Amino acid sequence: MQTGKLVGALLIAGAFAGGLYLGQGDSAPVIASGGTSYGGGYNKAEDMALATSASATAVAADTYDGITHVVKPGDSIQAVVKIANPGDTIQVMPGEYSETIYIDKDSIRLVGVIEKGERATLNGKGTLNDAILYSGNNIVVENFLITKYKGNAIMGQAGNNFEIRNNIIIDTGVYGIFPQLGKNGIVEHNIISGIEDAAIYVGMSDNIHVAHNEVFDSVAGIEIENSRHAIVENNYVHDNTGGILAFITPGLPIKTTSDVIIRNNFVVNNNHVNFGAPGSTVAGIPAGTGVLIMAADKVVVEDNIISGNKTAGIIITDHDNAANTTLDPESDPAPDEVVLLDNTMVNNGYDTIDEVKALMLLNFTTGNPDIVRIGVSRDSCIRNRHRYITVGLKDFTDCTYSNTDAVDTYLLDTPVPPREIDPADRGKIAYLGVCTGCHSYTGRIIGPPIQMIQALYMDNPQGLADYIANPIKKRPDYPEMPKQNYLDEETRLAVAKYVLSRTN
Amino acid sequence: MNRSQLGAVAVGVAVVVGLSTMALFVAAPSTAALSTAPLAVKTQANLKWAAPEDPFASELEPVDRGFKLAKHCPPSFELTDKGCELRSLYQFYDSVQGRGVGGTQTSLPANRDGFSPQQIDLGRFLFFDPLLSGDGSQSCASCHQPDKGFADGKALSVGATGAVGTRSAPSLWNSAFLTRLFWDGRATSLEEQAQGPLYAANEMNNNPVQLLASLNGNKHYPVMFEQAFGVGGGITLDQIYTSLAAFQSSLISLNSRYDQYAHGNHQALNEREIAGLNVFRSFVARCSECHQPPLFTNNQIAVIGTPEPAGMALDIGAEATFNSAKLKGGFKVPTLRNIAKTAPYMHSGVFDNLRDATEFYTKGRGHAVPEGVEMNLHWHIWEPDLAEHELDLIVDFMKTLTDETAKPQVPVTLPSGLEQPILSTAADHFVPEAQVITDSVE
Repeated sequence: MQTGKLVGALLIAGAFAGGLYLGQGDSAPVIASGGTSYGGGYNKAEDMALATSASATAVAADTYDGITHVVKPGDSIQAVVKIANPGDTIQVMPGEYSETIYIDKDSIRLVGVIEKGERATLNGKGTLNDAILYSGNNIVVENFLITKYKGNAIMGQAGNNFEIRNNIIIDTGVYGIFPQLGKNGIVEHNIISGIEDAAIYVGMSDNIHVAHNEVFDSVAGIEIENSRHAIVENNYVHDNTGGILAFITPGLPIKTTSDVIIRNNFVVNNNHVNFGAPGSTVAGIPAGTGVLIMAADKVVVEDNIISGNKTAGIIITDHDNAANTTLDPESDPAPDEVVLLDNTMVNNGYDTIDEVKALMLLNFTTGNPDIVRIGVSRDSCIRNRHRYITVGLKDFTDCTYSNTDAVDTYLLDTPVPPREIDPADRGKIAYLGVCTGCHSYTGRIIGPPIQMIQALYMDNPQGLADYIANPIKKRPDYPEMPKQNYLDEETRLAVAKYVLSRTN
Repeated sequence: MNRSQLGAVAVGVAVVVGLSTMALFVAAPSTAALSTAPLAVKTQANLKWAAPEDPFASELEPVDRGFKLAKHCPPSFELTDKGCELRSLYQFYDSVQGRGVGGTQTSLPANRDGFSPQQIDLGRFLFFDPLLSGDGSQSCASCHQPDKGFADGKALSVGATGAVGTRSAPSLWNSAFLTRLFWDGRATSLEEQAQGPLYAANEMNNNPVQLLASLNGNKHYPVMFEQAFGVGGGITLDQIYTSLAAFQSSLISLNSRYDQYAHGNHQALNEREIAGLNVFRSFVARCSECHQPPLFTNNQIAVIGTPEPAGMALDIGAEATFNSAKLKGGFKVPTLRNIAKTAPYMHSGVFDNLRDATEFYTKGRGHAVPEGVEMNLHWHIWEPDLAEHELDLIVDFMKTLTDETAKPQVPVTLPSGLEQPILSTAADHFVPEAQVITDSVE
């Protein structure tokens, strides 16, 4: 942690805050009992136009209608992934495996078999990079024990509709579970420890549910970063440097975090010495931070037990007061519309950092801080503020909400569907996007002109579709055409028909 | 090509168009047939096919009739009522928040398109014409050569007057998707960008007055601009910038072997290349965290702390653009598409091969930051401790990102009559001009 930087920045902010709030006097506490239910302001139906009933899964029930492959110790899991088709399930029997598994196809269910407590174990032996990488949609990863990888245990890159469940991850380097750039996913019932960044890190994603996980002995427990519509609930987050984080990292291509509900978690004793990599955002987190909200908007903190976090129970900050952040004119640095509902807070801030002490001094606040706010935060509120020792919250209004009961889940009612493309459009786009690089209607480019192809296949689109899947060298003066079998059968036929229908 | 050669081609054109199209296709299926074909317009070694109409290259007419601009869009574009619109298989996919970054099957970010075929083709002539430089010695293509990935193979580019610049010419492939142009991100549109090199003293060294005067005074350009913009009465600066933007936005490279893999042909890459992809996107190397698919850039500024070539002062980069010390030494994340073609690498070309450029990232966070300089290094610049063979694998993978099928033709003859300053060796990729004998007589 670059303490020097944080100190300077915090002191300046503190002076500002002091000047701002001195004029307000204290009055008798207003005890809130009623209030409306928070709705998050997110209209799911508008997003998907598919609202039916809420589901507890991210993957459609009928996704895995393929066959089940069984992998035994000594076999390669990846070898099976390679031959598996979308819809298949891969069962991995207990025992040790040491490989990197990558899934660049849709709808694969990768499930470890647990027998009498013995798990399918992925061991990176300190030399392999990541355990499981996926870029497909509808991926499920369950029941593994993952340890000793240098990178991440489970990493998603742009897969939608994922479920990562019931894994045990021990000492795997950077992130335990890291779904990135995905929509509609669940991370639940995992036990993760010994991670030098975040145990669970949801990055640049939408519609996420993180629940019933135990995360400990890591730099950050659970991070929701540059993501929207996420619920973090019923997790046990203890003995990390920082417990639960909702923030915007500036400089990423997706610029916002908003609508995050953090509720019903145990956020306990997150006092672990910070062992984050130099320069990482989490390396700037003071040890003893329960909940950290940085620049994220519409974050609700409700009904958590937040105890024993020595710096503060909840810290709310903007980018200007945080270490290790870059400048990004497209990111709003302020955490706005933060909603602090009732939380059970005890024994926080008992050994806080000098910057917070200075801030308290400037605000004539004494005691151990439960909640610290630094920098700009607009339109934020707190419920039953008299219960806590706070600094920087005087312009927070009293919340009109009392709970988030109206929001069950932000998972989509039906999973993100593959994009619907009219078969005719499919043929046209494949033709224009791929074929025209080598073929023009009348002229020679790399391949023969379309007119010549039409003369050969005019009444035989299927023949052309078959040819492009598996071309053979036909003309000595032209290079052999590369296989187009990555296009599915329907697309190949559509593009064949389109090619044969061209008139210019 | 000089005028008399051109005349010979023109004669050939007349012969070609006198015959029916289908007859031509039947007549010339092989090299052997071609070499003896009565219709061969010129006996160039690489001439294989005399096309009666080329769909996207411009139509070169007999000199006295001027240049007629293409009426078809370049490869990957569809002509709609909005102009030439990009079509790509990536349009089958989605991306979070529509930002066009992600994994294998992710949609593209928003792009510039909608220019007319004529505007694109006019931009091509302007791009290759040294008339645009102050002394007529240099075209845009001097530093953005099609055969060199639209870079120039030099560490630092050299301007029309021989002045050596301070940065390496960036590739133009897929610049249609960029929201920030120049290494330091100081321009936000292709039109704005075009004005930089045109008027910089150490680049093309022209000025707006002379540029307009030379184009308006040219025999062919006023007619060509009228074809492209539908209005006469003199060429305007905006029309010049629009044409250059139109041409640049047509330089699309999205059909590499990697792309075939991404769309589902897992045989398109060999085992080494797939292993390279996995190191590339691993959270140890973290290359793909900034060089994010499908464009292999996330369009952001990053401070990574590369060294300058010996004797060169530190380039503060985006610090100047954004007036923020946090961005000292920050540069735009460049695309890695066609990266194998664009050595040397980094903003000042300090690495002359991909291996060295890759190794930079594992030599220690901030190892090349000069003593006493504070840099807010990007959080993904860390110490991944990559093995030698992993560096080799990453390089192997990057080489699968080459796709130059849409490489445009270099005009053999320019409207200015000036010599083309660069020579294309692209015959294997694209039809040479002499083959593009067109339906010039309508």
